[in-house]
Amino acid sequence: MFSVMPDSAVRIRDLRKTFGSVEAVAGVDLDIGDGEFFSMLGPSGSGKTTVLRMIAGFERPTSGTIELGGRDVTSLAPFDRDVNTVFQDYALFPHLDVLRNVEYGLKVRGVPRAERRERARAALRSVRLDGLDGRRPAELSGGQRQRVALARALVNEPKVLLLDEPLGALDLKLREEMQVELKSIQRRAGITFVFVTHDQEEALTLSDRVAVLDRGRIEQVGTPAEVYERPATAFVAGFVGTSNRIGAVRVRPEKIHVGIEPDAGSGGESGGPAEDGPGRDGRAEGGAGTGDRHAFGTVAEVVYAGPATRFVIDLESGDRVVALQQNLRTSSMDVTRHRGARVRIGWHAEHEFSVPETGAGTAPAS
Amino acid sequence: MTAVAGRPAPGLRRRAAALLHRRPLLRLSLLLSAPLAWLVVAYLGALGAIFLTAFWTTDTFTGEIVREFTAVNFQTLWDEPVYRTIALRSLGVAVAVTAIDMAIGLPMAFYMAKVARPRHRPMLVSAILAPLWAAYLVKAYAWRVMLAEGGPVDQALEPFGLSGPGYGLTATVLVLSYLWLPYMILPVYAGLERLPGALLDASGDLGARPLRTFRTVVLPLVYPSLVAGSIFTFSLSLGDYITVKIVGGRSQLIGNVVYDNVGAANNLPFAAAVATVPVVVMLGYLAAARRTGALREL
Ligand SMILES: Nc1ncnc2c1ncn2[C@@H]1O[C@H](COP(=O)(O)OP(=O)(O)OP(=O)(O)O)[C@@H](O)[C@H]1O
Ligand SMILES: [Mg+2]
Repeated sequence: MFSVMPDSAVRIRDLRKTFGSVEAVAGVDLDIGDGEFFSMLGPSGSGKTTVLRMIAGFERPTSGTIELGGRDVTSLAPFDRDVNTVFQDYALFPHLDVLRNVEYGLKVRGVPRAERRERARAALRSVRLDGLDGRRPAELSGGQRQRVALARALVNEPKVLLLDEPLGALDLKLREEMQVELKSIQRRAGITFVFVTHDQEEALTLSDRVAVLDRGRIEQVGTPAEVYERPATAFVAGFVGTSNRIGAVRVRPEKIHVGIEPDAGSGGESGGPAEDGPGRDGRAEGGAGTGDRHAFGTVAEVVYAGPATRFVIDLESGDRVVALQQNLRTSSMDVTRHRGARVRIGWHAEHEFSVPETGAGTAPAS
Repeated sequence: MTAVAGRPAPGLRRRAAALLHRRPLLRLSLLLSAPLAWLVVAYLGALGAIFLTAFWTTDTFTGEIVREFTAVNFQTLWDEPVYRTIALRSLGVAVAVTAIDMAIGLPMAFYMAKVARPRHRPMLVSAILAPLWAAYLVKAYAWRVMLAEGGPVDQALEPFGLSGPGYGLTATVLVLSYLWLPYMILPVYAGLERLPGALLDASGDLGARPLRTFRTVVLPLVYPSLVAGSIFTFSLSLGDYITVKIVGGRSQLIGNVVYDNVGAANNLPFAAAVATVPVVVMLGYLAAARRTGALREL
């Protein structure tokens, strides 16, 4: 099922953890490559944190093995593992200032004072946090605390950095900024990141590969594109993005082109619909939904959402689909008048996918 | 909504509430006036009266109190070596009891707050509190029985070729440590419970072994609670005179001197002077604790 990489930074085999009667992790296998940005994505309670805590050593697995860089660490204590963790609520030491927080790991390992000052300052610079050395965590903003937590882990130059929803407590703007920074820090340092999130967009934008978890099991591992374009199971299809069921197949919202039928609306040329790309064989299909598959329906709901417009369409077949159309023209602004309009939607057969109910393998239709 | 007839009263109450809302100081003084009066009149007043009495004397013939201001009681305290010995002994007992309670209480509190399962915690707290429900005298006499010559303690130690401490200072320290242990455990437990477990994880994650984590993370963060607990054990030990009477053999502590002077010697002013000694010691202790910043967290 997985290609065994000789240089995997983290290798997990049949990992299980039960708390009383709750099976938090129910048999997980993972190979995470050296220098990879690897995300674990899943809904609340799917076992992401538990897997991470077992890699860090805070939790003993009920069964299974964990290897770090080829060494079996399953029974080692956290302080004997070459990993560091960025905690969801940062877990900064409240009685130590910023510099002493960052130095902590080095001090524990007996690095001489001058060197550890130097390295701590460098780590703080790398997360763009200068001049706050003497502050206590309570005197920092959320974003600053986040950076201190990151510096405190990075300064030890671990082989693997574990991050448990490190951006969860930040507001959207800061979150997006930190995403970019995390990615560039990871590239620069060449450290393997194991990143836990329940935000699918975050996982898709940041990761080299993503593992989707549900109820303690891995549903799919793959690149963001694989997970998004070819979901292996119904769960993945539903959890990562929206998927429309049309008959026996599924299609992503942005792959559906919407064409307003001339008789119902006020002319097919207006409205968010369909950039008029050429069809599969160079055929331009005017304002109507392009693609080699078609269906007809009525617009149940139209929502203008800045860069795109969301159509909710009831098809004649009885399926309800969501279509996302980029707002390429200024006339997109008055799309809402299309509510109730009759539309023709089109999509390409190559964008169809289907998921087995018993989640075995990926089988893109057509 | 409200009936018209019911209007006036709520209106008045509303106005009063609004006034209180606008005047936070008025609100505060109303709220605090009763407890403040109690504190000033009954509590500090009594303390002041004791202090004042300490500067009076007793007529040796009539036993009447002579209300003339003189420092002769303090002079006696200072000059008589026996009182200095007793004061130092009491201090030593208080320090020993505090140290023992810290040494036993800290690990116990740590176990209760961080190791035991959360649903067992209320049970453990009750177990710690249980001895407080028994009367002080009963517990002290129980220890007297246990420590008696040939008693349970002696019997238990016999196989190891040892014998119990018998009645004396050691027994006093032992029993006081037992009596005041809950007063150390409870604040430390509360402090540890506030300490996020993630901090311990983080310390281990950064390479610290458990002992190191204890020293560099747990101890500094629980320190204010330890000081709070030690204020209890220290002051309770300094003031005790019953335990030492029951298991202390012939040893005397400050409390006994006070007691004897109030009772047998009928010298209230001298008793008052002796009683100021633990108060002064405690004030010194609190000042020292304050300097370390521990009192900010109480
Ligand atoms: N210490 C514990 N004791 C008992 N049950 C636990 C414990 N830790 C986790 N669980 C249970 O294990 C399951 C997985 O929890 P986990 O924290 O790994 O989920 P998660 O994927 O990280 O969720 P979230 O996104 O909400 O953080 C949950 O059902 C949780 O209730
Ligand atoms: Mg979690």
